[in-house]
Amino acid sequence: MDLALVWFLIIAFFWLGYLFLEGFDFGVGMLLPVLGRDDTERRVMVNTIGPVWDGNEVWLIVAVGATFAAFPGWYATLLSSAFLPLLAVLVGLIGRGVAFEYRGKVDSARWRRNWDRVIVAGSLLPALGVGLLLSWNVLGLPIDAAGHRVGGPFAGLGWETAVGALAIVGYSVVHGAVFIALKTSGEIRRRARLVGLKAGPVALLPLLALLLVVQLRVGSGWTWIALAVAVVAAVSALVRLAAGHEGQAFALMGVTIVGAVVTLFGALYPDVLPSTVDPAYSLTIAGTASNPYTLKVMTWIGGLGAPAVLVYQGWTYWVFRKRIATEHIPRVHVP
Amino acid sequence: MCHVDVLDLARWQFGITTVYHFLMVPLTIGLAVLVAAMQTAWVRTGHQKYFAMTKFWGKLMMVNFAMGVVTGIVQEFQFGMSWSAYSKFVGDAFGAPLAMEGLVAFFVESTFLGLWIFGWDRLPKKVHLACAWAFSLATIASAYFILAANSWMQHPVGVSLVDGKPQLTSIWALLTNNTALAAIPHTVAGCFAVAGAFLVGIAIWHLTKRKADREVWRASLKVGGWVSMVAFAALAITGDMQGKLMFQQQPMKMAAAEALCHSEQPAGFSIFAYGDVQRPDCENVKSFTLPTLLSFLAHNDFSSEVKGINDLVGEYRAKYGENYPVDPQLGELSGKPIDYVPNLPVTYWGFRLMIGLGALAAAASALALWLTRKGRMPSGRWFRWAALAGIALPFLANSAGWIFTEQGRQPFVVVPNPTGVDGVWMFTAQGVSGLTTGEILTSLITLTTVYGVLAVLEFFLLRRYARAGIAGVLPAGEKTAGQDELAFAY
Repeated sequence: MDLALVWFLIIAFFWLGYLFLEGFDFGVGMLLPVLGRDDTERRVMVNTIGPVWDGNEVWLIVAVGATFAAFPGWYATLLSSAFLPLLAVLVGLIGRGVAFEYRGKVDSARWRRNWDRVIVAGSLLPALGVGLLLSWNVLGLPIDAAGHRVGGPFAGLGWETAVGALAIVGYSVVHGAVFIALKTSGEIRRRARLVGLKAGPVALLPLLALLLVVQLRVGSGWTWIALAVAVVAAVSALVRLAAGHEGQAFALMGVTIVGAVVTLFGALYPDVLPSTVDPAYSLTIAGTASNPYTLKVMTWIGGLGAPAVLVYQGWTYWVFRKRIATEHIPRVHVP
Repeated sequence: MCHVDVLDLARWQFGITTVYHFLMVPLTIGLAVLVAAMQTAWVRTGHQKYFAMTKFWGKLMMVNFAMGVVTGIVQEFQFGMSWSAYSKFVGDAFGAPLAMEGLVAFFVESTFLGLWIFGWDRLPKKVHLACAWAFSLATIASAYFILAANSWMQHPVGVSLVDGKPQLTSIWALLTNNTALAAIPHTVAGCFAVAGAFLVGIAIWHLTKRKADREVWRASLKVGGWVSMVAFAALAITGDMQGKLMFQQQPMKMAAAEALCHSEQPAGFSIFAYGDVQRPDCENVKSFTLPTLLSFLAHNDFSSEVKGINDLVGEYRAKYGENYPVDPQLGELSGKPIDYVPNLPVTYWGFRLMIGLGALAAAASALALWLTRKGRMPSGRWFRWAALAGIALPFLANSAGWIFTEQGRQPFVVVPNPTGVDGVWMFTAQGVSGLTTGEILTSLITLTTVYGVLAVLEFFLLRRYARAGIAGVLPAGEKTAGQDELAFAY
């Protein structure tokens, strides 16, 4: 198979991993004030992702880094065109990462409350930005023949991209609620299930809307199948959650995002970044790929590295597989 | 849209975010390895002293690590956001080591740090120790890939020129670039210099202030002092190697480091200059010079010739052109003469501050070890404050070194390799994205503000934990965790 196509698929895979893994991290962050009634409960929530959030975030770094190496033109045009939304993503991720690490380091209610706000904002902002970026990328940017953005910083943003931004937020909220239900026990678990069920039917609508818009505008025949898988999986996830099968609901939320990512990247193919100015200016897989030697080297590294990542990150989830409840949270001990 | 504004603001942003990032990174790298070594000592001997050291220095490392991670994400996005023309030009070669860093090093780092922090009661002792080593060695692997990428900008190798763009032909050549092989040990030694001074400063503060946990602080002081001195020796040796390579690969950078206007044979090494080093006429500069030393540093030969800025400017113009290309992307610079001389006060003083502050840091550590030999401890307050102030020295030396080396390659972003493929170079002015001034200004102000606030918060937390000592990380006289409790939780 053509190595450029392989790398297109690998990048889609890294995005899939990122949305699946950081999706529930974002959800946990956004639900912090909703599900956590007191500080101990909020600590339970933060600790469900404590050992893994940083590793989850690397999926984004690698998705972007792999784009740089395999499709420099795609990387350069997308990142410079979406400059301000990306700045918001970065500021959110900066605040959020520091907040997880610092919120428990001083025993003061005010200190923790402020960091909790940073966690909420730092989960919401990047989720919005990532959703916007992905939908913008798939639906197209106003770029000229040289790959430069035509117009100001927000040229080409429309209601479709707003739906796209909400799609990832909505998915993350439900995914996060399911994850909390799966990883905790006691009152908070019950509450998480309830919130997931109540929010689910509404919160998953933007994702469905985004997929439909993409499918109708740029989709191929076969991407209908992926779209259908996403919809069926999302509905089944809520049904299984209602039945109390949290593990199955979580897996089905995974299938949902698989269907969504396949729809998005399937619709994108064989472009990597369509131009809304003129289809002739669209960046394509073949047109932006690095030379075959670079792709070969990267394939070796990716072929050895990525499976190893799956193994040791999988092991991490196994090590920290136990449910957490308020009685497991140790007393605060800080200077 | 004004090209020069966008260019200058993008350069300021890159400079500020990179120097800031490299305040966090060396402390993480140095401490990570030292903490893994402390934990190894604990696992092997079972001595409580080493356990306390692991916990205490590990906690300070974690406070710092978060900042290194989040500021690192900005770096990876910044190439595409602000330097998209550069990214398009070099992605084929430069993107590869960057992607490898993520795939091979950063994944390991972040995953195993999580396992280490939260795994104290979940993993067998030795597996937990292995996580510490996996994490700390991965931080060095990260540094390796990033420095391989940076060294490629200083000295592009392993590429050919196809359709006006560099194409990677040998990843092996890129990863074993002699520039990288000199830069990596030099930079990693700089990380240990930071960690060493950090241990010495905080340990002395506790030893002069309190009676508690003396053996912990004594051991930390000893480790820190020796690490500092060995690191400085390594810095000197590898710095000399780097210097010799730079005289061949980037002669203008080294002439700028010395503010050496006219070629000299033999050339002396300037210790200190007064007057105006700004412009390369040298009429107003008086310099205290060690005779013939620069010739030796450049070529291992006390009588060799070292080329001055004025001669090099002529050579550069002949080789790389008198004027910028006529290109609308270059804005006002299109077709204008190229200034091949880097900012001399920055390169001259940057080079001197790097060496001077680095040497001072090592001397301070040696002095601290000598003053505290055989259980002695100077009692004056001056000693305590001098030790704390000493922590700053290697940080400042590292920043000065990076500012020197990155400013010294201007006006190039990819410096031409004198023995490499012709045409593989790029001027900084050509690399910038076609952004609006508003966009880059917003980003510069936002990131600088956020970084400023975070610096205050990190300093506050580091100070708080450093002062509290062992009692701050290990509750006195009680079990670390109840039966059902997590041994560690956020």
